Amino acid sequence: MEQFIREKIKQVKKGDQAAYSEVVNVYQHKIYQHCYRMLGNKHEAEDMAQEAFIRAYVNIDSFDERKKFSTWLYRIATNVTIDRIRKRKPDYYLDAEVKGTDGLDMYSQLSTDDPLPNEEVESLELQRYIHSEISKLPPKYRSIIILRYLEEFSLQEISSILDIPLGTVKTRIHRGREALRKRLRHV
Amino acid sequence: MRAHNEIIKLMHKYLDGDLLKEEEVTLRNHLENCEECQSHFHELKRTLTLIQSAENIKAPSNFTENVMKNLPSENKGFKYKRWFKAHPVLTAAAIFFILMFSGVFTQWNQDSELVVSKQENLIIQGDTVIVPEDVTVEGDLLVKNGKLIIKGTIDGDVTIINGELVDEELNGEGLMASVGEVNGELHTVDKMFEWLWYHTKNLFQSIFSLE
Repeated sequence: MEQFIREKIKQVKKGDQAAYSEVVNVYQHKIYQHCYRMLGNKHEAEDMAQEAFIRAYVNIDSFDERKKFSTWLYRIATNVTIDRIRKRKPDYYLDAEVKGTDGLDMYSQLSTDDPLPNEEVESLELQRYIHSEISKLPPKYRSIIILRYLEEFSLQEISSILDIPLGTVKTRIHRGREALRKRLRHV
Repeated sequence: MRAHNEIIKLMHKYLDGDLLKEEEVTLRNHLENCEECQSHFHELKRTLTLIQSAENIKAPSNFTENVMKNLPSENKGFKYKRWFKAHPVLTAAAIFFILMFSGVFTQWNQDSELVVSKQENLIIQGDTVIVPEDVTVEGDLLVKNGKLIIKGTIDGDVTIINGELVDEELNGEGLMASVGEVNGELHTVDKMFEWLWYHTKNLFQSIFSLE
């Protein structure tokens, strides 16, 4: 896979745009999911994942081929989503949390025709709740928790994805874990 | 006994896989005796288990397409290059025909002089070639860019390119002064298409007649 991506990147650098579609194909789900976890809603996640791939394409010449492409891509995606969070306006999305309802979003207010089995509803609700708790972490902790525990990168890899020293990664991951512990202890 | 804060630091070191042997002993001894730290440690581990069960979602099905649509437009030359790469046989055929036709084309345009295949006893007047009455031409005769008047006999094929065969009658020598004999096929080529056809035919004939 590494070799395949390396080959495609070379073609893209030479100006072959079509080769890039295979790169997008390989990473689309990972990057989309990363954006979704960072942002907490699908609408923004799609926009930002697209933005990340477009930025990677535009800046492909600055990518150092000796390094891993996925690391570079994750860094762009993380930066794009953090920028987005900073600039966020009070837009309303269907899956944004409705104020004063404690975890309910507009989807839960739409009626659904096919009721899910009870257990599935419970686990889905729990997952959503956990996700919303992760979303409440400050972005610099959130990105590290997501990369470490949901996307299973090593601390060293996270350090190169975010371009920060390993020591800083450790400090932030400790704080992130403590913050989450307080939020999830009663579940 | 150490301060709880110190112990919590050890817990995180443990979670990152950085715990040294002696620190592990310290942590274990403390946890055995301190309920508060025990539940803290338990909560941390449980939190990590919980967040790892978060739902998996996939990108929308047209995601790649949308990304490709929104990319800045590429170098135009590349599109052709890719097409050629994808169709090597067609590309080779196209190049072959372009070269061949352009070769034939230039020949057609350049040669406007009268050309006659080498045969003895022919009379050439301006752009007219005459085969006299008492002459028998042996072999094929080719006339290019000129008229041909046959009074004698030709033992072979006659080919006239970009010209015409002139009948004696036009010269007013009477009805009986008929066109001479041609003991072979008579071709008149005066159109571009036929010229091409003639060349192609010749080419294949020279390829397949292995003499």
